[in-house]
Amino acid sequence: MLLSQLSAQASPLTPEQVQKLQALTAELNPIQQAWVSGYLAANANTAALSGQVAGAAPQAGEAAALTILYGSQTGNAKGVANQLKAAAEAKGLAVKLVNMADYKPAQLKKEKFIAVAVSTYGEGEPPEDAENLHAFLASKKAPKLDGVKVAVIGLGDSSYEFFCQTAIDFEERFKALGAETVVARADLDVDYEDHAAAWIGGAVEAFEPELKAQSQGSAQVIPMAGFGAAPAQSQYTKQNPFAAELSVVQKITGRDSTKDVRHIEISLEGSDITYLPGDSLGVYFLNDEALVDETLALLNIDGATEITLGDETLSIRTALIEKLELTQSYPGFVEKYAQATNNAELLKLVEDKAAMREYIEARQIFDIIKQNPSDISAQDLANSLRKLQARLYSIASSQAEVEEEVHLTVGLVEFDAFGEKHFGGCSGYLAHRAEEGVKVKVFSEHNDNFRLPSDDNTPVIMVGPGTGIAPFRAFLQERYAREAEGENWLFFGNPHFTQDFLYQVEIQGYVKSGLLNKVDLAFSRDQAEKVYVQDRLREKGEEVFAWLEKGAHFYICGDANRMAKDVHQALIDIIKAHGGKDDEQAESYLKELRSNNRYQKDVY
Amino acid sequence: MSTDYKPNSKLDPNAKFADNERLKTQSNFLRGTIEADLKDQLTGGFTADNFQLIRFHGMYQQDDRDIRPERTKQKLEPMHNVMLRARMPGGIITPKQWLAIDEFAGDKTIYGSIRLTTRQTFQFHGVLKPGIKEMHQMLNSVGIDSIATAGDVNRNVLCTTNPVESELHQEAYEWAAKISEHLLPHTKAYAEIWLNGEKTETTEEPILGSTYLPRKFKTTVTIPPNNEVDVHANDLNFVAIADNGKLVGFNVLVGGGLAMTHGDVNTYPRKADDLGFIPLEHTLKIAEHVVSVQRDWGNRVNRKNAKTKYTLDTFGTDAFKAEVENRAGVKFEESRPYEFTHRGDRIGWVEGIDGKHHLTVFIQNGRILDFPDKALKTGCRKIAEIHQGDFRMTANQNLIIAGIPADQKDIIEKIAREHGLIDDSYTEQRINSMACVALPTCPLAMAEAERYLPELIEKTEAILAKHEIPNDDIIMRVVGCPNGCGRAMLAEIGFVGKGPGKYNVYLGGNREGTRVPKLYLENVGEDVYLPALDELIGQWAKERNEGECFGDFAIRKEIVAEVKVSKTDFHA
Repeated sequence: MLLSQLSAQASPLTPEQVQKLQALTAELNPIQQAWVSGYLAANANTAALSGQVAGAAPQAGEAAALTILYGSQTGNAKGVANQLKAAAEAKGLAVKLVNMADYKPAQLKKEKFIAVAVSTYGEGEPPEDAENLHAFLASKKAPKLDGVKVAVIGLGDSSYEFFCQTAIDFEERFKALGAETVVARADLDVDYEDHAAAWIGGAVEAFEPELKAQSQGSAQVIPMAGFGAAPAQSQYTKQNPFAAELSVVQKITGRDSTKDVRHIEISLEGSDITYLPGDSLGVYFLNDEALVDETLALLNIDGATEITLGDETLSIRTALIEKLELTQSYPGFVEKYAQATNNAELLKLVEDKAAMREYIEARQIFDIIKQNPSDISAQDLANSLRKLQARLYSIASSQAEVEEEVHLTVGLVEFDAFGEKHFGGCSGYLAHRAEEGVKVKVFSEHNDNFRLPSDDNTPVIMVGPGTGIAPFRAFLQERYAREAEGENWLFFGNPHFTQDFLYQVEIQGYVKSGLLNKVDLAFSRDQAEKVYVQDRLREKGEEVFAWLEKGAHFYICGDANRMAKDVHQALIDIIKAHGGKDDEQAESYLKELRSNNRYQKDVY
Repeated sequence: MSTDYKPNSKLDPNAKFADNERLKTQSNFLRGTIEADLKDQLTGGFTADNFQLIRFHGMYQQDDRDIRPERTKQKLEPMHNVMLRARMPGGIITPKQWLAIDEFAGDKTIYGSIRLTTRQTFQFHGVLKPGIKEMHQMLNSVGIDSIATAGDVNRNVLCTTNPVESELHQEAYEWAAKISEHLLPHTKAYAEIWLNGEKTETTEEPILGSTYLPRKFKTTVTIPPNNEVDVHANDLNFVAIADNGKLVGFNVLVGGGLAMTHGDVNTYPRKADDLGFIPLEHTLKIAEHVVSVQRDWGNRVNRKNAKTKYTLDTFGTDAFKAEVENRAGVKFEESRPYEFTHRGDRIGWVEGIDGKHHLTVFIQNGRILDFPDKALKTGCRKIAEIHQGDFRMTANQNLIIAGIPADQKDIIEKIAREHGLIDDSYTEQRINSMACVALPTCPLAMAEAERYLPELIEKTEAILAKHEIPNDDIIMRVVGCPNGCGRAMLAEIGFVGKGPGKYNVYLGGNREGTRVPKLYLENVGEDVYLPALDELIGQWAKERNEGECFGDFAIRKEIVAEVKVSKTDFHA
């Protein structure tokens, strides 16, 4: 609906409010309007939590819009989709951003402009959220898409054989249905960021003329994603993070645990960063100075040597500590480093994907350099490395309780290799190298696909083994603060009860206070037979199904590769056993839940 | 409640009972809601009343106090676990039973040890909740239980180990077992909860009463002249009187007890009073009615004054004795003469009158564990694998390998030496020192005991050596709190924990354990008590009479005043 057509009769606003809104809107450019729209929704969300705001929001009319579909496993494709959305909106284009998991395939025949951002994992498999659409496009039910313009960007890991296969599939299937690509597909590796930005620019440029031609040319009210829209955009972003004080780093596994999990508290004081339960926090970290110095010494590079990174000039040492990725290895680095050092053995690896994959899986970038020391200039070394990526962590707190703090639950990545202890880049920084009181650069990343139900009376089932507990701690804090009446059921698991019961005392408190109605625990290694959360779900199958039938929302957080799949299968089995359904009916039962935002995942 | 209570008429009928009385009343004969707690996955502990009720089943909820602050920060509850104290009347355990408890201790407890205790039994320390039922079922499979080894009941009955006079010991031991059985709770709660026994309704406790005793109750059967069980630490003692090596009856000593509360002068350690002699046939009846009078007359308002010793001091020993005689229908005869000459275990080999051999091994702190330099636990297991007799746990926390035929002597000695069970370097001072468990597991401990004792012994040995009496010894006991487990209140030098590194130091007990010591230094650390001991031991070395022990010397020299009547003298 166009704002100029908005009247008091057709809206819940008074005539004066309509006038004021029209006056204000006239002054705003599309970006500002988008921001206001998000801001107002979040404001309504946190204040009233009624869910009515989103429903009352005007929908995009007949005007042409770019539909951005994303299928993300770790959040990268989603991030790219968001950037594309922002770039398109900056050009005044109307945009619909939809997770493929939430997209109704029947909608396809109404689309004119489609952009796809999708990752690939495993042996060329689509991420779970993309599975249905991926299959639908290849099925007989897929509609003709003649005249539809598409653009596809793929994310993957070139060390895998079927690199960006899902993106390739999507593009081929769209083309087979008659759609036309407006810009060449990009298949991006783990160092995708800069390339993604370039591709986005090209794609927006390609879509812009026709989209504009088909639109009325008036300002559009940007449709909102639905209830639980992201809170106000902060000035602090991935590109412009906030230097926040790291106030608490506390190990929360017992002294005999095989895991080292840290409870992290960060102060957002002095920033305008806000977040909702379900959101993630991006964290930048510093690489290990000792390892950097060791590496520089090995390469005979003076740490003070100046280099340029983009338009910045700085010492190689500072660049290695603060700006460049030195832990997560990827084939692109091996290739560049091999070329820069003319290393025949590494160059051979570049030709053999399987060997490359095995090679980098066992090594951090530090290891590769240390095992292949060579004459290389500081600048060449910097050029062979990609920019340091922020790590995303599910937020473990609710601002309703912690106000200007943000809490994380971080599992320390640690392993022994080549006779030395190795740590994850960010987890190693937070757990070992950063001292309480230092500043860490952070930004919040909103996730509307992982939200508490708008209705406080709705029951929720939360399955969060290991550090998957994090967002549920946020949920519980939020529901406690809101005095939500809906029942809460938590499934948690880890190896040992005495060592790994994360937030045990808090959970006991929530049970005592009556907030948590049920808790089921699976400590896998406390008995001869291993027991996992999916086993506990099955044991309680009848009750789980009864909760779903009475409208419960079901959430999973944690390991994507195994746990989330096993829990999904357990749910299917439960629906079959207790709902009297066959496989297909059970799947569609879950699909229905998903499309009603009642089955949400935050997996990694 | 069908038990016919006959409270003493002087007791205030309107007094408000202690909360423990409520929980016993509401416990449905010790069942409480223990079974529900066992199913609760959220906590490794027991809730509310069950925390107390499991004691009646022989367990204490404890946690590793060393890591309590650390776990609070980790948002984890304390490392809850239970300690189990087995019921082993007279401390006799068979090799088959030993092998079973050895395996469980090694595989299923946090600390991996078997702890011999002053109650002449063993304790498991650090059993996690999911392992508790398994533990009781394992014990049951080898004929052991832990019924009533803690709580307000008659606890494990001690019996002098005396392996030499084998016949007399056998008789005394059988009485200990009979008394233990006779005074057990009748409720089937233990079997129901831990052994998945059939559910039955309990309607009465004919001897203990439906609200059980006002406080813990300890019983011994003692064969003079050895007072290893420390009769004066116990509520009820049957002192064996023999005629030509044949047991004929018992002198009955009532009202001993060592527990006190820091700062409360109405609490004190007290010796038992001799009520007189009874022939054997009245033993169970007398045991039952000493218990029943204490049950009815004991103080249920103030738990700190609830033990038998205070009942005697409140109503008079004569009145108590008359009531027992009246209820039992038995008159006490005049006490028969007997004498205690020592309390320690004779470490090493002895031959019994039946020609069997017995090896007593010194176990420091009673802790049987594979230490880096001494694989005590493995050694005991290897002996158990071939041993044809039995084991006897002593009230001094040592172990007797009893009933060894002559042809096995050498192999057992060899195993014992190889695993540090025989160590000729132990001094008499070390052998005659004792400590309770205390930190990190005992929730009552205010200071270290077991972990500190070896160091304190070394320092004491140095003092003895300095004064050129390195082979002499002083009965020295260290306890983490004033509740009495380590029997410091019958030592020549008793250390009672007051705070970290701080102790009250008591002097003046004797070798035989028939005198309560008296406070000499209050709430002091090593910086104060070590120089003080140095001076006193130096004085003792120079000025003692022939054969005069340190405790007697301290009294004679009036270093402390003698405690004759605890109620009036102990705090004077």
